Amino acid sequence: MIRLANVSHDYGGRGLLSAVDLHIAPGSFYFLTGPSGAGKSTLLKLCYGDLQPRSGEITLFGQDTATLSRDALADTRRRIGVIHQDCQFLDHLTLAENVALPFVATGRDVPTKDLSELLSWVGLEHQADSLPPTLSGGERQRAALARAVIMSPEVVLADEPTGNVDWEMSQRLLSLLVELNRMGTAVMIATHDLNLIRTAKSQVTSRTLRIADHTLQSAGSEL
Amino acid sequence: MARFPSLSFLGDTGQVVPESGHTATLTTVTSAAMAFLAVFALALSLSAGQLSQRWSDTLAQSATLRVSAPASEIAAQTAVAVEVLRTTPGIASTRVLEVDEQRALLEPWFGPDLPIEQLVLPRLIEIIEAPQGFDAAGLRLRLASEAPGAILDDHTRWRRPLVHAASSLRGLAWVSVLLIAAAMAAMITLAAGFSLAANAQVIRVLRLVGARDAFIVRAFVRRLTLGALIGAAAGTVIGVLAFALLPVSGDTGFLTGLGFQGWTWLTPLAIPPLAALIAWVATRTTAFQVLKKER
Repeated sequence: MIRLANVSHDYGGRGLLSAVDLHIAPGSFYFLTGPSGAGKSTLLKLCYGDLQPRSGEITLFGQDTATLSRDALADTRRRIGVIHQDCQFLDHLTLAENVALPFVATGRDVPTKDLSELLSWVGLEHQADSLPPTLSGGERQRAALARAVIMSPEVVLADEPTGNVDWEMSQRLLSLLVELNRMGTAVMIATHDLNLIRTAKSQVTSRTLRIADHTLQSAGSEL
Repeated sequence: MARFPSLSFLGDTGQVVPESGHTATLTTVTSAAMAFLAVFALALSLSAGQLSQRWSDTLAQSATLRVSAPASEIAAQTAVAVEVLRTTPGIASTRVLEVDEQRALLEPWFGPDLPIEQLVLPRLIEIIEAPQGFDAAGLRLRLASEAPGAILDDHTRWRRPLVHAASSLRGLAWVSVLLIAAAMAAMITLAAGFSLAANAQVIRVLRLVGARDAFIVRAFVRRLTLGALIGAAAGTVIGVLAFALLPVSGDTGFLTGLGFQGWTWLTPLAIPPLAALIAWVATRTTAFQVLKKER
């Protein structure tokens, strides 16, 4: 689905990633780890076409991102659910409206029944009419998860989804993502929380990738 | 539970762009001001056109022949001139002005007691044109040979500068209308640019959830276009009311006909749709340009 071949990227000459090869296959579950500033967020952005690599080739669902038009890229975003570190909501819309935004933005009718089921699944059925700024960190992260999966994407990319929440909430978010993966969705979670990765090992077959020395390495055995 | 305002009058984009307060309000107010000015420019251009037409028509329908000659020859030359006029095609009728009529003409300048009989005055012959008109140059040539004392005045001298002035006025009025439209396009372009910059986060989120450019552009275009339409409609109504309430000075004044008459009252109706069209094109162009620069 998402394939990176010999991809390198840097910001203003400062090397960040070099010669990265990655293939996210349907149904797979990845953790992406590494120290802060190593390039986890950058790698995720490359994976959903928000960044163009300096060199190398990225294909999303068989299409080279270098030749993809803006609208074609927008269309692939409907198949990739992204959970941002800082959630990225429209603060003037209610939580339910934000979660339903992918439907509105692509000109489809909002399936209100699915929407309410989804909000119950992430435990936010009572906050549907709240504005995002009034929610707690954990509630916002769960809402971001709900928005990422409402279009039934083939892959979910999550950037530090447990960054601002306590351990109990982290486990709850993780179990939601694991549940999603059992239904066939590929998942990639960028995190520096090793406890989270260890907890996941008992629930799902996952692979852990580590960014070190600008390259992507397999780190499964160390954990 | 999950209401989404997608059925609002802003269309399928709903309220994804927040009410940005100042930008939208200023767009509406400026559009109103522009439309108000446009009503006046339009009225000026229509009136100038009518004025020019009226002056043209009234002065063109008549001409005067003036016969100046020594007292002994004047009667003979007048008779010759009348005969020449009678045989000129395109002249409906002629009439030699009586002494009393000439006295009436001169009265405003010399008073009622002028001993007009003792003055050597030219005789005036009024010419009423037939609808098809006559050949003034040809008539002048014939008069020069047969009645050298007769001079034709077809009022062209008066008519031309007046008609010319009215046409220039109309040209200026149209230039004003175009300038108003251009200023409005520029203003909306700035407003759109500002609105897009202020809502960069909204654009990012929409891109993130898979919105195509057309959807994002539509979300911005509708709001500003609607603002321009409402503003222009209000400005037009106020402008037209101002003309409707304008005191009109009788039928004969120089200013008669300034403003709208008859069917021309309908022309300001075109202003709000045109304003909306300008806003639509300006916002759309700006939005697509801004989005193209981003990834």
